[in-house]
Amino acid sequence: MRRLAVGLITVLAVSIIIFFGTKVLPGDAAQIRLGQSATPENIAAMRARLGLDQPMIVQYWTWLKNFVTGNLGVSLAADVPITELIGDRYKNTIIVSGLTALIGVPISLMLGILGAMFPGSLYDRVLTFVSVSLVAAPEFFTATLLVLLFVFALDIGNAVVVGSIDGKGIWELIKHFALPITTLCFVIASQLIRMSRAAVLNVMSSPYVEMAILKGVPRKRIIFRHALLNALGPIVNVVALNLAYLVTGVIVVEVYFGYPGLATLIVQGVQTRDFVLIQGLGMLFCLVYVILMLIADIAAFASNPRLRHPK
Amino acid sequence: MSDHNDHYVAEFDEGVSFDELPDAAPSDKFRFSFTGWIGVIVVTFWIFVAVLGPFIAPYGENDLPFPDAYSEFQKPQPGAWLGTDDSDRDVLSRLMYGAGRTMGISFLATCLAYFIGVVLGIGAAVSSPKVDMVVSRINDALLSLPSIMLGLVVVAAVGSSIPVLIITAGVIYSSIIFRLSRALGMEIKVTDFVEAAQARGEGRWWIITREIWPNARMPLITDFGLRLIYVILFISSLSFLGLGVQPPQADWGSMVRENLGALQYGESIFAVIAPALSIATLTVAINLIVDDVSAHSGGRLSNRL
Repeated sequence: MRRLAVGLITVLAVSIIIFFGTKVLPGDAAQIRLGQSATPENIAAMRARLGLDQPMIVQYWTWLKNFVTGNLGVSLAADVPITELIGDRYKNTIIVSGLTALIGVPISLMLGILGAMFPGSLYDRVLTFVSVSLVAAPEFFTATLLVLLFVFALDIGNAVVVGSIDGKGIWELIKHFALPITTLCFVIASQLIRMSRAAVLNVMSSPYVEMAILKGVPRKRIIFRHALLNALGPIVNVVALNLAYLVTGVIVVEVYFGYPGLATLIVQGVQTRDFVLIQGLGMLFCLVYVILMLIADIAAFASNPRLRHPK
Repeated sequence: MSDHNDHYVAEFDEGVSFDELPDAAPSDKFRFSFTGWIGVIVVTFWIFVAVLGPFIAPYGENDLPFPDAYSEFQKPQPGAWLGTDDSDRDVLSRLMYGAGRTMGISFLATCLAYFIGVVLGIGAAVSSPKVDMVVSRINDALLSLPSIMLGLVVVAAVGSSIPVLIITAGVIYSSIIFRLSRALGMEIKVTDFVEAAQARGEGRWWIITREIWPNARMPLITDFGLRLIYVILFISSLSFLGLGVQPPQADWGSMVRENLGALQYGESIFAVIAPALSIATLTVAINLIVDDVSAHSGGRLSNRL
């Protein structure tokens, strides 16, 4: 309960940072909407219509209220409601991140746990080396490698992902999504493998696992009954943390492939200095991020009785 | 084991060597492993390029190697060893100019982040609980935002220039360093030797500079490399999104962005691969060194705290 409250306060703090961060900017929304040739009277009228003549606190309150009810305001650059700009784009982003989570998470968890089962083996060392390298490489490097492999060498997948997904066959859909999703899988996999391996190894070095080894419990049974069940909390924590990283990764990957999702929209917003768009979408991204962080926090908390019942 | 440490070792039971003590200072017996050496060599190479790049580059940053011909995305050839980019410029020369910019901005930003983070962090650790709580809460709010999102908001607000990039990255990454140094400060504050110093009647400043800082210094420095990697990735990602270093100035992240078109035309893909590979080799090499050093000094700081 206390954690939920802390989470709520964080969201409020985030909204204040985003709102006032975009408010201190030079440049006036009314001026941008009307262009350079607008007369002072026109600008004043527009300011009144947009509510810019009211005190900051009132503006913030209206904005927050609108955000909660799903009204993200009107874009400055395009002069249409933000929700209209978002249109189908949110589906695209959800499909890509959802599929990444569905495919990437189980595979990397399996790899990480396998590494923890045979620490120090050749497999483990190769895995560690690859994930150490991948964790430090930028997303667009991974993307470039994958484009070289898939598009140039194997001739499957598209280097630029555009167009609608309606009415496409399975094969075309795979071509459509293959590269962005594979890239994102690599992005989260490197962290996920390292952290899940560490989580299981941590449990494996605890006294009760040592005890189980000493009394001759088979290795498989130790892993599945003793280690994995106790590592479950930390693993959920690790997964939630990495899905939060996905929020950042998806921005670069969408831009790289020219994918029409929410992230490309917000980057366009920054380029055209469309503050209303940045506020709305920025808030949306941060909200998802904070919620995932909160889940990570709660998972760590719920899985550890010592944290649950502090002395 | 060098002679230098023998008198330490003698004081412990057999089987417990000096290495096994937490936070053993990387002393003269520290040796890089094979991968560590690869890291050192690659990083040295890039520092060399960053410093000398503008002097030894075959062309200027925005010069055209083939001014007479239409030469977008040329393949590597004599005169342009890594081919040309989207505006007919020499990729190799831009790479050399960009090295200094990418690495310089990241290094300065990391230093700034350390300065802010360490001063506030140790300050919070030794000051009254109230001050500590306020600063920590503000820091937590900052830490709970995706860094790239904060970067986007700041760049949208004040526009992008190199000083803005350094300050933005410095402030964003100072929050994690604040957390580390505060935790270290807290840990050291309750040790016997600090209590002894307090009992002696030493002032707060004396305790910070003579007792806490010397003990917090080494773990923080070991962590510097890791933070540097994140800052390099952050700066490059911003540049890649078109919100970092602005054209026509070269920087590795923006070079990838400018030349993405090469992947569609399939002419010369070196214009994309070269800068992306440069960033990757640099960050992976730093990571190899960090792994080596932190394995020696008892694991990564962030994992231990």
